[in-house]
This record gives sequence, C-alpha cells and structure tokens, in this order.
Amino acid sequence: MLKKVGGYDREEIKGTAIAQASFPVPFRSGLEYNPPARGTWNIVHTGMLIPQSHQIYVCAQGCLRGVVLTAAEMNAMDRMSWVSLREDDMFNGEMEQRIYDGVVHIVERMDKRPRCIPVYVSCMHLFEGIDFAMIIDELSKKYPDIDFIDCYMIPTMRKSISPDALMKRQLYKPVKKLDTDESLAALIGFDRPTDRSSELFDIFSAAGKKVWEITGCSSYDDYLGLGSASLAVYGLPVASAAGADLERRTGIKTLYLPLCYDHDEISRNYDALCDALGIKCPDLSDKRTEADRSLDAAREIVGDMPIAVDFTAVPRPLGFCLMLAKHGFRVSRVYTDVFSAEEKGSFDELKKLLPELEIYPTLDVRMRFAAHESSGEFLAVGQKAAYFCNTDRFVNIIEGGGMYGFDGIKKMGEALIDAYRHPKDTKATISLKGLGCESCL
Amino acid sequence: MNLTARIISVYAADISGVCSALYEYGGMTVIHDASGCNSTYTTHDEPRWYDTDSMVYISALTENDAVMGNDEKFISDLCDAAGKLRPAFIAVCGSPMPAMTGVDLEAIAFDTGNRTGIPSFAVRTNGMHSYISGAGRAFESIAVMFSEPAKKSDAFSVNILGATPLDLSLNGTLGSIKELLRANGIEVNACLGMGSSLDEVKRLSAAHADLVISSAGKLTAEYLLKEYGIPYVIGIPFGGKFSERLTEALRGSAASGKCTDIFKECRKTGYDIAIVGESILSSSLAAALSLEKDISARVVESIGDSDMSVLLDTDISAEDEDIIEKELERSHTVIADPLFEPICRKPHFIRLPHEAFSGRCFSKEIPNLIGTELDKSIEKVKV
Repeated sequence: MLKKVGGYDREEIKGTAIAQASFPVPFRSGLEYNPPARGTWNIVHTGMLIPQSHQIYVCAQGCLRGVVLTAAEMNAMDRMSWVSLREDDMFNGEMEQRIYDGVVHIVERMDKRPRCIPVYVSCMHLFEGIDFAMIIDELSKKYPDIDFIDCYMIPTMRKSISPDALMKRQLYKPVKKLDTDESLAALIGFDRPTDRSSELFDIFSAAGKKVWEITGCSSYDDYLGLGSASLAVYGLPVASAAGADLERRTGIKTLYLPLCYDHDEISRNYDALCDALGIKCPDLSDKRTEADRSLDAAREIVGDMPIAVDFTAVPRPLGFCLMLAKHGFRVSRVYTDVFSAEEKGSFDELKKLLPELEIYPTLDVRMRFAAHESSGEFLAVGQKAAYFCNTDRFVNIIEGGGMYGFDGIKKMGEALIDAYRHPKDTKATISLKGLGCESCL
Repeated sequence: MNLTARIISVYAADISGVCSALYEYGGMTVIHDASGCNSTYTTHDEPRWYDTDSMVYISALTENDAVMGNDEKFISDLCDAAGKLRPAFIAVCGSPMPAMTGVDLEAIAFDTGNRTGIPSFAVRTNGMHSYISGAGRAFESIAVMFSEPAKKSDAFSVNILGATPLDLSLNGTLGSIKELLRANGIEVNACLGMGSSLDEVKRLSAAHADLVISSAGKLTAEYLLKEYGIPYVIGIPFGGKFSERLTEALRGSAASGKCTDIFKECRKTGYDIAIVGESILSSSLAAALSLEKDISARVVESIGDSDMSVLLDTDISAEDEDIIEKELERSHTVIADPLFEPICRKPHFIRLPHEAFSGRCFSKEIPNLIGTELDKSIEKVKV
C-alpha cells in the first residue's frame, strides 16, 4: 500500500461508465503518471530476441539509462553498448560521423564480432534530420560480416507509427528472401512463445508445416531461416507493420489472425488459415466446448468477485471482458487510456450488456493515488489492474500470455482459477521488467 | 573523450536527480519529455516509487507540439493537474527534445505560477548530464525558494545536505548518519532530500554548520554559506575514525565560521586501491581506509559532475570507459560497482554497488558503511 507523504488535499478519480465513455479515446490527454508495473517489454527486450546480436544505442544519458539498465537487469550487458550524446552533438553538424565513429569504436573493441548489430538512434537524431540510411550503408561496407539494422528509440516521434510497432517491424529487417521451404510456416510479432497446445499448431501440423518462431531460434542462421517460410502469421495488431514490411521485402505471404476472445472470430481465423494452407478446416467443436467449460468452471470458483482487466494483459481487453460477461463473471473495471479500433464492436455490445462497466485510465495524474483507494477485493487480469486494484489475486500476463484460440480461452479459465486460489506477492511480481525475461533481481 | 561504452553502465541522468531530490516535499515535479520516458526514473532511479507516493509526472511531449512549439499545451496541462492535486510547489525540468527546440522552461514555470498561485520553478536539465547536476540544482532551488532567516538553534545543530537514494540507497544509511551525529551531541536541524519536509527547508538557516554528504548537496552548501554564513564540511561518515574526524570538523567549522577540508589530513594518497564512483562518497571511503588500515587509495571519479574540490593528487576524473579501464590497471585492488567489473582486469575486485550506476540490480547488497569498522561491512580489503 502506498505511503502518503504530502498530506495534500487532492481530487480522487472515479471510473467512467462505459455507457458514457467516448470511443476510441475515453479520456482527455494531459500530464502522465507511470505505474510501477514493469512486465511489459521494451525495445531492448524485443531486440534481444535476435540471437547473436549486439545492440548499440546512440542517445543522451537520460535516454541511455533506461535501456542500459534493462539489459543489466536481464544479465545481458555483454550484448549492449552505447554512445552518449552531449550538447555539442546537437548543433555541430557531425551527428552522422559521431554515430559512425562510436559504432566503429565499439566494434573494434569487441572480442568476438556479433552477426547483427541493431543501432538505435533517438528523437534528437530524427529531429535533426540525420541520414541514417547512409550511416547504415557505410557501416555495412566497413563490416560486411555484420548485418546492421536501423532501429529507433523515438518516443516523441510517433505521428505515423508507435515505437512498439516500429521495433517489431525492424526486428525482422535482416531477413532476406531465401528459397521457399513449403514445409515451413512462421508466427511473427509475438515476443513470447505461443502455447504448443493451441489448435493453431494442430492445423499447421495437419498441413505438414513446421513453425518458425523467433523465440525458438538459437542461432542467427535459425533466425534468418524465416526467409524461407511459405507463410507468416501474426496475431497482434502491433505487428501489422512488421507483417507488411516482411511481405513487401521478401514476398512471403502474411496473414493476420487476431488474438481474440470471440468464438466465431476464432473460427473465422482458422478457416482463413486453412484456406491459406490449402487444407480443410478440422472440426474444432470439441475445443470450443472445452473453452466454454473452462470458463464456466472458473466462474463457479471465482463467484462474484469483481474482475478488473488492463490493456497490457490482452490485446483486446473489451473483447475479453465481453467474453467473461457472457459467461456470468462480474466484470467490473477496465484499465486503458485508448481503445483499439478493432474493439468497436465489443465496445458497442458492452454498452448494452454491461453499461456500468467502469473504464479507468492508467496515465491520468490522479491514478498515482488509486492504489490507496481500492479495497483489494478484485481478481485482476494484468499487472496494472493488479496494482491499481491493490490486489494480490491476478493473472500475470502481457500481450495475451502466449494463449491463442480456443485452447487459449481454456487456459485463461485455468489461469483465473489459479490466480484466485494462489495470491501472489504483487510488488515482487510486477516489479520485474520484461515478463518472461531473465532477471537479476 | 568519446563517451562510448562497450560494456559498462551509465549513470542516472540530471532529470532523475531533480525528481529524486524533490520527491518527499509534496510538490509536483514534471519532466518535459515524451510519454513513457518517466519509466526510466520510476523503475531504475527511484526505489521509493512503489511504496511512497509522490507527484512526479511527464508532459508526454508529442512530435506535433515539439515541432509547432506548443508550450501552451504544457502550461495548460500543468495548471489542470495542479488544480486536481494541489501540490505545495511545481517544478519543471527538461529533456533533450526541449533543449533542441529551445523551450523556455523558466518562462513556463513563471506563467504556471502566475496562473495557479502555486510557487513554481524550473530546474535546468537536458538529459545530457548526471543526476548530481539535476539533484544539486533542485536542492538549491528549494533552498532559495523556501528557506527563511531563522534564529540559530540553541543546541549545536547541522544540516545534512545531498541525501538521495541514488547515492545512499534505502538501506538505513541516512538513519545511521543522523544517529551518529546525535550520539556525538550534534542535532540534525534539517536534512535535504530524504526523510525531510518543506518545514525543514524553511529552517535551514538555523543550523550552525552543514554536512555535505554527497556532491548533490554542494550547490546548496555554497548558497547557505553565502546567504546565511553557514560553513560546511564535506564528507560522509564512513568508518569509525573518519566519522570522528568529521564530527570534530563540524564543531570546528561552526566555531570558526569557516569551511573545513578534512580530506588532505585524513587521506593517504597512492595507487594501492582504486575507488570508483562519486567523488565525496569515494573520497570518504578512501579516508576511512587510510585512517583505519593505513591504506593508500585513489579516487577514480567516474561521473564527471561530482564535486572535484575533494580530489587529491593521485585522483582522477574520467567518464570514458577506455580511460577508466586503463586507470584501473594502476591499482592492485578495485572497489567499484559490480557493473564496472568487466573492465577491471585486476584479480581483486570488491563489489560496492551504487544505485546511481546499477539501479536496482544489486541494491540488496549495498552496505551501510556509516560509523562502523569497514571490514564488518564490505569484503576484507587487502593491502
């Protein structure tokens, strides 16, 4: 529980009933708070997925600090280097040379050269209009044995693409078109392995496909193997730029099968996959029934305990809440600052089905004190919801937690039961950065 | 100097220093930077963030507002938040983007103060310097803004200047300093930073002397000397013997009205041991080792912003990884944060984590070195 230090007279925040909420932006923007839930991945975690790679950041000390300590906490300082910028660098017109010289200096001091170096520049560089392509070209000429990737830590410059989506796109940049292996398909865009028990894999298997996932690559050559895939599937909207770029550069056909919680949409996803694979869709009615049974079993155990869900736990929090509400759960709160355009249908349906569902922001300045004001009698899905509700009963996942399809829903039911029965040390759990990554804490 | 590192960490930046220094005063501190950039401070540089509330926020600067110079959005957001939260003061500090676009943070603070009626000020930062620069300026700002002329306390009392978790961690070090002073008959009039309040800032001038325990306290010490004639002594009371010398120096300074430099008389300089880090903490440890074990030690100031006045002849200031690596070869033993170990080729490396360098990574193993025999607190130091 938060300890109050100010003694000031402040305004408390109340949730907005979904019936009164605007779509897609329910709250006014302003100064922002940062809750201490650290499980979501950042560009360092994602970049580390490339085996035998070494990240180099070129930016100001304040920007370096976060990425360097991300690497330190995941015991990966041997895969991270940096160049610190000062005032002179902003104005002397030598920024390109500074990046080039800094990277060369680091590479020359390495005991063993990496196969790939993602070079990250910052807002300052883009604002100054550097020629990053030229820098990458020059570095590639000097070190033809290394693939350099232009990467970006540019949280200010988000007019066209979010930092998260940009990182996922650049993650596959070195992948080049190889001879197509008809027995290989790929899952891209997920930072963590997708559960092998998902019917997704049954379908791939029925089509005679092995599945490439970046999390399964142990070498850089394994990683480059994506270039031979006959089909690449992604399930998160944030990976759409990655899918489009991969298809444009390599010709690999991509297919978006959204990670969702609507039975009919899941069936349509599998129909689309089977069409792409040229096979008849298997009968998944048993899987569908198992998913329903799992949720019913969870409802039985969880009872009327209110449920709170945050946007980091699942890509479609409203769709997820709708599914739970339809199974009789007492869905009480959603924590999100914006709704995905994909959620309009669920939004409209929830307005009718559950008009009192409370929407809370996560960034509003008053959320600093939300943990004071919560009873803790919640079952939360997601770390931010757990923190704000001050509860130790929560499903500790981000980005869907690797659960996909009917099997994913079945597993989600089991996770709800587990969270209800086995309270966690909330602070210790959500303080760890990059859920699923190694941590020295 | 190329400010390039192959493998070592980087120190907390000026922005974090501001937020850390002002954390406990009931004010609202706002970083002018992009959405999410405050997570660096709240994750790695602020161990109080989870358990102790404080109004530290970010402006969520966007590309459009940066390009178009939309300062009004920032001011409006500050006023809106202040209306909801009613902070004791408003402090704003800047990151690289406002520095590039030439945002006038002083004017923004002035306008915000006028509109809200809440004392407001800007602390000069741009994300390109260390936490010492930011914390030092933030401490000085609240001292200038809130300290008042006051009658000297009847009992002999001192101010402790420069206490942030970035240097002291949350391992009881500050409590031990206060205890040690009291055990030596010295009252703590005010402590700038941790365990403090605006009331303490208001009565800063009542102290007879200042104890500057880290470089972040130096600017305020200079201000209090100039404004109220309070002399200062620099040093953190590591080890029993050095602590005695510090408390004696505080009494001496209070009596004479002059600042006292005790490092020259307490330290045996040389190259046997290299102590890497912030200058005042490292010099104090070097002094303690000299007094207790007759060890010659040198300080390798590795931040670039530390108080250089305490460095002696064999000491050096070096921010660059290559230079630090070469300098460490000159000593047979190195005492440093564990994230320096990869560039230390000497077999004897003594881990002394520093939150400002390694953040949360080793915070559980940061020793409390105040007033105790050093061998009880850190690994046995070989001569």
